[in-house]
Amino acid sequence: MLDWMGSDVITMLKDPVIYEALGRGLQLTLIIALVTIVLSFIFGTLLGIARFSKIPVLSQAATAYIEFVRNIPLLLILLFCYFVGGLQSRDAAIVGLTVFTSSLLAEVVRGGLNSIGTGQWEAARSQGFNYVQILRYVVLPQAVVKMIPPIVSQFVTVIKDSSFAMTIGAFELMYEGVILTGQYWKATQVITIYILIALIYFVINFTLSLLSRKLQGKLSLGRGTIGQ
Amino acid sequence: MGPFSLQKWQASLSNFPMLLEGLGVTLIVAATGLALAMIIGVVFGVLSSSHWKVARFFARVYVEFFQNTPLLIQVFLLYNALPLIAPKAVIPVTVVGVMGVGFYHGAYIAEVVRAGIQSIHQGQIEAALSQGFSYIQAMRHVIIPQALRVVLPPLTNQAVVLIKNTSILAVIAGGDLMYRGDSYAGSVGNYGPTYVVVGLLYFALCYPLAVLTKKLEDRSEVHGNA
Repeated sequence: MLDWMGSDVITMLKDPVIYEALGRGLQLTLIIALVTIVLSFIFGTLLGIARFSKIPVLSQAATAYIEFVRNIPLLLILLFCYFVGGLQSRDAAIVGLTVFTSSLLAEVVRGGLNSIGTGQWEAARSQGFNYVQILRYVVLPQAVVKMIPPIVSQFVTVIKDSSFAMTIGAFELMYEGVILTGQYWKATQVITIYILIALIYFVINFTLSLLSRKLQGKLSLGRGTIGQ
Repeated sequence: MGPFSLQKWQASLSNFPMLLEGLGVTLIVAATGLALAMIIGVVFGVLSSSHWKVARFFARVYVEFFQNTPLLIQVFLLYNALPLIAPKAVIPVTVVGVMGVGFYHGAYIAEVVRAGIQSIHQGQIEAALSQGFSYIQAMRHVIIPQALRVVLPPLTNQAVVLIKNTSILAVIAGGDLMYRGDSYAGSVGNYGPTYVVVGLLYFALCYPLAVLTKKLEDRSEVHGNA
């Protein structure tokens, strides 16, 4: 009944259309993930500093945003951006993923900032630096180095999470695969397509995970881990 | 009529009982999914800290595969492969959901368990035994309290992420909170208020656990066991 080596799967694997479709999908997946991680780094840094600053209202607002977004599903945020925000699929995916990811990166940034000892603040202040200058020239440069490994591993999460964008009709890797199963609908074919997609995600993410671990080892973060 | 008009709020709230039903499904799937993830996590965590090379390799492959591919593709694979493995059985989608989040978070919990095991110095159990503790006493009073301090904060954090990830059921029509909210919103075009209410329900589930995670993290920092 199930003929894995038989003509169904072989015919499908010989069809260039599936590779074109998956390639196209991968392209959009990577675009969505890259734009998301860059935007999330910017907003995450601002949010992280805002929460770290302990400036009334600003700090509380950042905390409220971070805590709310971290405790609701990404899928809901994506659907909200698409159906309520009225954005196009790809844009809604980027905005939704950025809203979600910047709240996670904000915590990475805050962890990085916290990891810089108060002695450095005092030393810089004694040298006549003001708050913004200390952040800009003393604390952030050191903190950013420590943030690199968790940001790389967050990138893995974003690539995985971008697969949710299929639910709002963005033609990324996952959705291209699902569309292919319309043409190649036999069970063995469907499973082969999904295994192919899983392998593509795996190769990219596993490489990035190894990179993140290598950086982590090199930078030897000292105590504690930041972010997840 | 705006997306957040009063009528839409009223309509959305009249649908509240159905959302609560979905919330019940979410809770059941999350609880059983977490139980499955714990079992898988402990098994693979112990395997990956064993001295047996084959076991370590096997555990590594499991963890890396499940951590480096999207949950969605794992669920789709399960959804399509299960009927082939058990052609006669009728497998409810909620079971697919439980297995999906269970396998996925099991891989993360395995790493947590491994870290917990590795955080304890081998000499401690020997020291405890030499002081006249029985093995069970040594575990109960020396090893487990220390391991828990390392393991509990990331574990509660995993519980939060797992609850959020049960929303994946919506994609395979699993009848959970996300699915009920989304299908109602879609059928009557009432997205704004419905999504807000659904979001608040998820938040009510997850936030207390997030606070607990923070508390446990602070406590393990105080004890200098970070």
